[in-house]
Amino acid sequence: MFLRWLLLLFILLLPRPVYAMHIMEGFLPLGWAVFWTLVSLPFVVGGVWSVSKKVAQHPELKMLLAVSGAFAFVLSALKIPSVTGSSSHPTGVGLGAILFGPLAMSVIGSIVLFFQAILLAHGGLTTLGANIFAMAVVGPFAAYGVHRISLKLRLPGGYAVFLAASVGSLLTYVATSWQLALAFPAETGGVAVSLAKFLGIFAVTQIPLALSEGLLTVIVFNFLLAYSGKELAALKLSGLRGRVGSDLGA
Amino acid sequence: MTLGRNLCFLMAGVVLLAVIPLIFVTGTEFPGADGLAEEAIFALRPGFEPWASLPWEPPGGETESMLFVLQAALGAGFLGYYFGLRRGEAGKK
Repeated sequence: MFLRWLLLLFILLLPRPVYAMHIMEGFLPLGWAVFWTLVSLPFVVGGVWSVSKKVAQHPELKMLLAVSGAFAFVLSALKIPSVTGSSSHPTGVGLGAILFGPLAMSVIGSIVLFFQAILLAHGGLTTLGANIFAMAVVGPFAAYGVHRISLKLRLPGGYAVFLAASVGSLLTYVATSWQLALAFPAETGGVAVSLAKFLGIFAVTQIPLALSEGLLTVIVFNFLLAYSGKELAALKLSGLRGRVGSDLGA
Repeated sequence: MTLGRNLCFLMAGVVLLAVIPLIFVTGTEFPGADGLAEEAIFALRPGFEPWASLPWEPPGGETESMLFVLQAALGAGFLGYYFGLRRGEAGKK
């Protein structure tokens, strides 16, 4: 009898795998799952078209495309502790969005999310559309937009990259919070109350991580500026070189 | 600033951002944000059951962390290969 209780206690205390971030499998009601899949689909299709066009024009960019993917792979595997006492992970999609445009990252981000759902049980297949919309549409488009605006405002290139990657990372999780709030409005107070709750869980946690993601993206960008001039020229980004002269840049 | 110095400066920022919570936020195991979201959903909708499950899940935390490490290692390995290659090419000229 005692042994049985001990066994039960042992099972209860076994560390449960702690997954992180993206919306978990089976947690979005069917209607929302279908909705977000349909919303994301055109971006992924457009992304495949955009990537194949770019690679056909400049086959030498294949390696750099793989760099964007590898960076997203590394960053979305790093679960980092945050000031809220919980953990989350960066997305790594800002770099590729700046280099290849947001649609390219819709493809690469989807590959990362699919890999994590199938092999790591992190995220899910019914929630794949919603997660693609947050991490592979909202994040890259925000990063790309912020980068463009920052350069228009004549911010130094390093700061533009930092801001773009940070804002992209943060807005990914703001989007996730919205998706959950819309699917689960509070009985009293509705979407607003739920949104506040989910923003507290996802977005606040993400703030220091978004800063880390910004710094890491600048690090890789500085290496690219130093050693990958030809590729950046093919992407018409080599003009950035001069502007990355101050503090954050090399 | 040289590339190397710049790297140290920026990496220090990344390390600090991760270490500061570990030092100043105590009494937590830093659970994943999605686990907390799960709890929030159960609080908002008592009796909610996830209606789908994945075809395969890692049997435990050890296998899961192995797969996460593999993901990071593959990515980092390629980044190292790429920049090593480009740097070597730049040095030859």
